[in-house]
Order: sequence, then structure tokens, then C-alpha cells
Amino acid sequence: MPEQNQIVAQQREAATLGMWAFLATEVLFFGGLFVSYTVYRHFYFADFAAASRHTDVTFGTINSIILLTSSFTMALAVRAAKMASQRLVSRHLLLTIFLGIFFLVIKGFEYHKDIVDHLIPGPHFNAEIPLHGQIFFYLYWIMTGLHGVHIIIGLAIMSILLGLNARRTASLKNSQAIELAGLYWHFVDIVWLYLYPLLYLVGRHA
Amino acid sequence: MNPNPVNYLNTDYTIKSWLLTTDHKRIGILYLCSILIFFAIAVYAAALMRLELLTPAGDLVLSDTYNKLFTIHGVLMVWFFLIPSIPSVLGNFLVPLMIGARDVAFPKLNLLSWYLFMVGGFFTLHAVILGGVDTGWTFYTPYSSTYSNTHVIEMALGIFIAGFGSILTGLNFLITIQKMRTPGLTWFRLPLFIWSMYATSIILVLATPVLAITLLLMGIERIWGIGIFNPKLGGDPVLFQHLFWFYSHPAVYIMILPGMGVISEIIPCFSRKKIFGYKFVACSSVAIAVIGFLVWGHHMFVSSQSIYAGITFSLLSFLVSIPSAIKVFNWTATLYRGSISFEAPMLYATGFIGLFVIGGLTGLFLATLAVDVHVHGTYFVVAHFHYIMVGGMVTAFMGGIHYWWPKITGRLYPEKWGQFSAIILFVGFNLTFFPQFILGYLGMPRRVHDYAPEFQIYNVISTAGATILGLGYLLPIIYLTWSLKNGKRADANPWSATGLEWKTASPPPEHNFAKPPVVTEDAYNYPPLGKAKEAGDA
Repeated sequence: MPEQNQIVAQQREAATLGMWAFLATEVLFFGGLFVSYTVYRHFYFADFAAASRHTDVTFGTINSIILLTSSFTMALAVRAAKMASQRLVSRHLLLTIFLGIFFLVIKGFEYHKDIVDHLIPGPHFNAEIPLHGQIFFYLYWIMTGLHGVHIIIGLAIMSILLGLNARRTASLKNSQAIELAGLYWHFVDIVWLYLYPLLYLVGRHA
Repeated sequence: MNPNPVNYLNTDYTIKSWLLTTDHKRIGILYLCSILIFFAIAVYAAALMRLELLTPAGDLVLSDTYNKLFTIHGVLMVWFFLIPSIPSVLGNFLVPLMIGARDVAFPKLNLLSWYLFMVGGFFTLHAVILGGVDTGWTFYTPYSSTYSNTHVIEMALGIFIAGFGSILTGLNFLITIQKMRTPGLTWFRLPLFIWSMYATSIILVLATPVLAITLLLMGIERIWGIGIFNPKLGGDPVLFQHLFWFYSHPAVYIMILPGMGVISEIIPCFSRKKIFGYKFVACSSVAIAVIGFLVWGHHMFVSSQSIYAGITFSLLSFLVSIPSAIKVFNWTATLYRGSISFEAPMLYATGFIGLFVIGGLTGLFLATLAVDVHVHGTYFVVAHFHYIMVGGMVTAFMGGIHYWWPKITGRLYPEKWGQFSAIILFVGFNLTFFPQFILGYLGMPRRVHDYAPEFQIYNVISTAGATILGLGYLLPIIYLTWSLKNGKRADANPWSATGLEWKTASPPPEHNFAKPPVVTEDAYNYPPLGKAKEAGDA
């Protein structure tokens, strides 16, 4: 059976490398938005600063903490999968999913507050913010929105893995799948680590 | 009695077995059939345009219709024919065979790529049927996002979805080449087609997502009514151009690198010689992919981009000519004192070299700031990129299809017809597009349906050439289809070529090789022919 083992090892390596390549495409995907942010922040520095004072830093900070914690529980799930502990995998995946949902709920409250404050670009945009601040909020909605879509996809993946893990025979086979899901989840977390300072922090003190 | 042993084609004849296949060879065939449909529609649009341009007056179609024709032609040709042509058809078929693997790294993803491609194609054709799009394939804002009254969203959505198919194809090839090579097949023993597919895949994976986000931003701007490319809010339309060309210039190399890979296979085979300077040809593919990411600004010399950016992009664009020239010189040096025979693939390949040289050199004219200001937006640009994309990529695609036809179908095509249509294609192509260089230099703008009467003679020559070019496409479709039933049966290696794909039966069995082949020698180890041997050892 050495040939068979070799094929399995080859497939594992291929899957890991494939995930990294996929994350590279994601970097470029978000890259277009980060470039746009940089360009317009450079064009309209004062307006961006004024606009970013209207984001809710409390919600943003709480969400950052939640997401970082979820990355921690995800890392624990990956470790549990390597130790082939079915019970721990389930527990940590569940915790991660819970934190992900918690993030979305808070984001929902924040979005509600943004809408009430007239922070949607357009004719009814908040009159206190100068004109080009609308570009800031346009990017705010698209960047956090796309990030939210990625969170939802991550939650779906983890739910599937949780279901698979519940079936006793599948637990060992899953260990790589969980590792790959972990890579994806950490990536989503890292994107937020850039969004948080760019949208909530740097403008406030400018 | 079945004279054929079991192969990938005759294992199962049901439609379901094709639509749910994960066999890379069958997926290649699925791509071949689907891109030909898109190609036919795009050719039809081009034929209408050439017909309109026979006379200086706009007498066949309205200017609005003409705008839609060149948009349909561009969109279908770029995203639904050229980008999937060699990578998705020949690449899918050949990459696993050439590296001695059973299949690509992720066979199910491979099938998903095809479905994404087809769904994208469906939305695009849907937009055409609804009434078309008049923005040009470049979708420049704010015209596309605000002013155009056509079906921009449907078409952009189609390209967006098909783009994810491209990304997955690139990702699949990248990992397959990286991880699935058979024992003994080291990097510098790989066929050069694999090197070029590797470079192409890097671009597919890294550039396509930028197109996706750019089209998404444009689409949201159109739906929402406001956006960051709209000057009303202080947005900058030039930013759209930067993002668009950051994808679309590297995409130009998606549309030529695979062709170069095909040529690097054909030339040694029909010169019976090892390729000259293997390592240089291999590395120049990667160099083109890397430098290709740094030159996008040369599309925007007259767009209010800063003059310093213009100078930088101009210099960087000149740099791309170095790896491209390395390839051309090495192909030519391979021919030197080779034992050359001119079967159809070789005719296409030698035609490719000539046309690519003209396309490449005129690219240098366009990369020169001052010259570009003069010929920007004229037929000179149209002629230049058609020399690369049609004269280069389509010629290479035709050469590749002929070269690997016996492997794909198990049948030989009729050689005389093959040689005849290769010559027809070359003549028709030059008659169509060379006059356009002159037209552009004299100042005829592109994308208009009427023009000054003094340009008519060149337009008549061009339209006449286009009919000959059309014959060059039609003939192979007829005799290749004919050969499926009536062609002579091919043995495993009809060209006596090197390379693992020729070591298995024609057509190959479902799992390619009975057991993983072991490679012990360099690529293109063609039998020595007297002194020609030394000339080949670079």
C-alpha cells in the first residue's frame, strides 16, 4: 500500500496549497477596495476624517474582540481535529459559530444605527458630513458588507463540518477539512483587522 | 467486435456521463464545444461590422447597433473564446497527460469551472438577446454605470460569474503542476507548454479577482445610482480604468502565453531537434507573467494619468519585449539546421512566429508615449492587438488542435486540407488586418461605423481579407468533423514526438496511464540528426 499512502499524502498537500492559492485570490479581491480607499483618503483627507467620526467605535471594538476570540476557538478546533478528539472539535466549532453569529448580530445593530443616522450615501445623506464623506460611507458599506458575506460563508462551512463531525466515522477524515476551514476563517478575521482601524480609528484623531 | 480498446470516449455514451464527468479530458471537450458556439456568434458580429465598413456611409446598421456589435464581439471573443481557448480546452486535456498524472488536482472543481463558465455565458447571451450592450468590452465609467441605456448589468454579471470559473481553472492547474508531477519529472524536464500554463495560471488566479471587484463596484454604482467612479461625489473615472487594466493587461498575456506554449511543443517536433535554450524559454514565460502585472498604465497614456506614471509604464512595457524576443529567437534558433517538415501544425507555428513578431513590434510603437498620443484610439491599436490575439493566439490554437487531434480523437485529419487551410488563414489574416495599420496611422478612429471616403480602399481590402479568413475557420471545422468518422486511425504517437502524452494510447484510456510513468530524460530529446545535435544543445 505505499503507493496508496503516497497518493493520499499528495492530495493533502494539494488541498492545503489550493487553499492558500484561493486566499491569494481573496487578497486581490479585497485589494481593489483597499486601493480605492487609499486613493480617496488621499484625495479627500479632511472629509474622510469627518465622516469616520460618525462610525460607531464601540460596536467596532466589541466586534473586533469577538472576531479575534473566534479565531482563537477556531485554532483550538483545528488542534482538536489533529488530536482526533471528536468531542472537542464539536465544542470548539460550535463556539466559533456562536461567536460568528454574535458578530453578525452586533453588526446588524450597528447597521440599524447607521441607517437611522442617515449614513447611506445619496440624497438623504447626513447633512453634517461634507460631500466627499459619502465616498467614505460608500466604501464602508461595501467593505463591511462583503466582509459580512464572507462571515456567512464561513458559518455555512463550519456548520457542514459540525454535521459531518457528529457522524462518528467521519471525524478523522475531517481533520484536514477543519484545518482548511480554519485558514479561511483566520483570513476573514485578518480582513477585519484592516477594516477596523481604517474605518473606525485613523480618521478620529486626524 | 470493437476494434478500439476502452478509452475515455467510448466508456460511456450517455449525456449524463458527459454532463457529470470529472475526467479532465472530457471537460476539455465540453469546453471545446461550448467555446465554438461563442466564437461563431462573435465572428458573426465581426462579419456584420466588416460588411458595414465596406462603404464610407453608415448604410447597413445604425451607429447604436454598431456599438452593440463591437461590444458583443469584444466580450465574447475575450472572455468566452480566447481566455478559455488554449487553457481550458488543450490545457485541460494535456496538463495531466503531460505530467503523467491521472487527473487534475481537484477534478470536481474542474467540472464546476465549466458550469460557472456556462452560467456566465448564459447571462451574457441573455443580455445580447435582450438588446445588447453598447459600452465596448472595457465598460468605462461613468458611461457604463450611469448613461448607457443598455443591459450592462446582465452582461457584467455574466463576465463576473465566468471569471470565477477562470480563477478555479487557474488554481487547479497551479496545484496540479506543483504537486502531481510523476516521479522524475523535475521542473526543468517539464514540457514548455506546462511552463506557459503555469505562468498563465498565476495570472488567472491573481488578476481575475480584481476584475470581479471592479465589475461589482461598477454594477453597484449602476444599481444604487451613485458610486466611487462618479465625478458627482468626487469620484474618479480614471480609477476604474486603473483597476480594469490591472486585470485586463495581464489578461492579454492569458491570451498569448498558452499560444507560446503550443508553439514551443510544435517547433521542436517538426524540426526533429531539441529546443534551443530550454531554460530561457521556460523562465521567459514566468517573466512575462510577472512583468505583465506592472504595465497596465500604458492603456491610459491619454487619460490624465501623470506624465511620470506614463514614462514609468512606457519603460516597463518595453521590458516585456525582452522575454518575448527571447522566445522568438530561441524558436528560430531551434529551426536552424533542423530537419524541418511542414505538416499543418508546423505551418500554423511558423505563421505564428511571423505574425507575433509584427504584433509585438507594433506593441513597442504603442508603448512609446509620443507615438501613442498620435495613434491612440485608431485602427492602429485594433490591428496591433488582433495580430497578437488572432494572428498569435488563434493561430496557435488551430496549430495545437491539429497537432493533438490524433491524441484527442484517435483519428488523423486529412493532411492536405490541413496545410491548405493553414495557408488560407495566414493570407486571409494579413489581408484583413495589415491594411488596418495603415488606416490607423492615417487617423481612422476605431469604433465608428462611418468614415472619410479616402479610407475606403483599405477597408475594402480588409473586408475582402475577412472573407478569406472566414474560410480559414470554416474549412477546419468541416474536415475535422469529417475526420471523426472517416479519418485514418491514429496510433499512440503519429508524429514520433517526445512527451508523456504520446506514450499512452490515442485516445487515452480513462485514467491516462496504467501506472505512473517514470521520467529519466529532458524534454524534447529528439533523435540526433548528425551535426544538428550540437546546435540544439544550448
